[in-house]
Amino acid sequence: MIKINNLNFGYSKGKLLFKNMSMQLSAGHIYGLLGKNGAGKSSLLKNLAGLVYAQSGTMDVMGYDPAKRQPALLQQICFIPEEFYLPSVKIDAFVKANAAFYPDFDHAYFTALLAEFDIPVTQKLINMSYGQKKKVIIAFGLATQAKLVIMDEPTNGLDIPSKAQFRKIMASVLTEDRCIIISTHQVRDLDNLIDTVIMLDESSIALKASVEEITNKLCFKRVKELDETVIYSEPSLAGFNAVLQNYHQEDSKLDIELLFNAVLAEKNKLKPIFN
Amino acid sequence: MEFRDNKAIYLQIAEYVCEHILLEKWKVDEKVPSVRELAVELEVNPNTVMRTYDLLQNRNIINNKRGVGFFVSDEALANVKSYRKTQFMDEELPVVFRNVYLLNIGFDELETRYNSFVKETFNP
Repeated sequence: MIKINNLNFGYSKGKLLFKNMSMQLSAGHIYGLLGKNGAGKSSLLKNLAGLVYAQSGTMDVMGYDPAKRQPALLQQICFIPEEFYLPSVKIDAFVKANAAFYPDFDHAYFTALLAEFDIPVTQKLINMSYGQKKKVIIAFGLATQAKLVIMDEPTNGLDIPSKAQFRKIMASVLTEDRCIIISTHQVRDLDNLIDTVIMLDESSIALKASVEEITNKLCFKRVKELDETVIYSEPSLAGFNAVLQNYHQEDSKLDIELLFNAVLAEKNKLKPIFN
Repeated sequence: MEFRDNKAIYLQIAEYVCEHILLEKWKVDEKVPSVRELAVELEVNPNTVMRTYDLLQNRNIINNKRGVGFFVSDEALANVKSYRKTQFMDEELPVVFRNVYLLNIGFDELETRYNSFVKETFNP
């Protein structure tokens, strides 16, 4: 669905954020995009949606170059940015002005999502809280039925019940012809939804692997003592939370935070395991 | 459902399904929730539930009727018991044994406890 080849991108000429980045993403998956602040998560998402332009390299999103911003592609992209502006109108006016750009827009589904999120539909968008606004644009975005769903920190601002609703909704919208990319720091909100981890670090992709591949190759568990099989560890109440090479085919649960720190700290040990 | 943090999610979902079959909340020859329904209920990726259903199909606990959905197999109860028993013996019992040993708990004391537990829990 998405092919990125040798992408070079930066906001200023001298300093590149991505150097020769290449990656392929397919439909039927929820990708979790991770990286430190400033690693370029949002910039990568903006490149995919045609909101910023690369210096060189090629990008193919569903057969289109997003930088050309062709309507045929844009109507198949749902982009939920982290920072957004909503006008001083009520929801029905917002839909009237914007839904027309999306030929597959599902009005009944939009209404159902608003009800599920408990949104006051008669209130002006500008008077809503940040979390309510966020839920409106998530509902609108999903109701477009776009094939590519891009979300930048979608759970920011959502209250506790809304986060659970959000997870249920995301579990229900993943279909074989849809590709969902979520960038987040709140990995605990989403860790059971993500099936493939993409981690950005130092201008490139430090790791791209499915949860199944990661847990086949690595084992995440508490150990009492450290030995040479431990790749990375953090002290915990009962010993250490450790990442080990999975020599005994153990089926452990992926700890995304631990993996994240392991990739940052032990890139050289992890690289050969995943290549 | 509250997931524990030490076991792969797809295996925890397998336990969840097995538990429902053992308690006969889902009965033999009945349809089980679709991959999507269960994913929504448990707030997990549908691909993870698919992995669970593949595992349970291989163990002949559920079977796939094409175009209709997944059903509890005829021999599901026996197969769940043997699957869960292997898991219990390999994973849970060693933890119990360790504590029994460390705390010097006698087998006669365990037996009394076990009998009253069964009585209270399953034949109230």
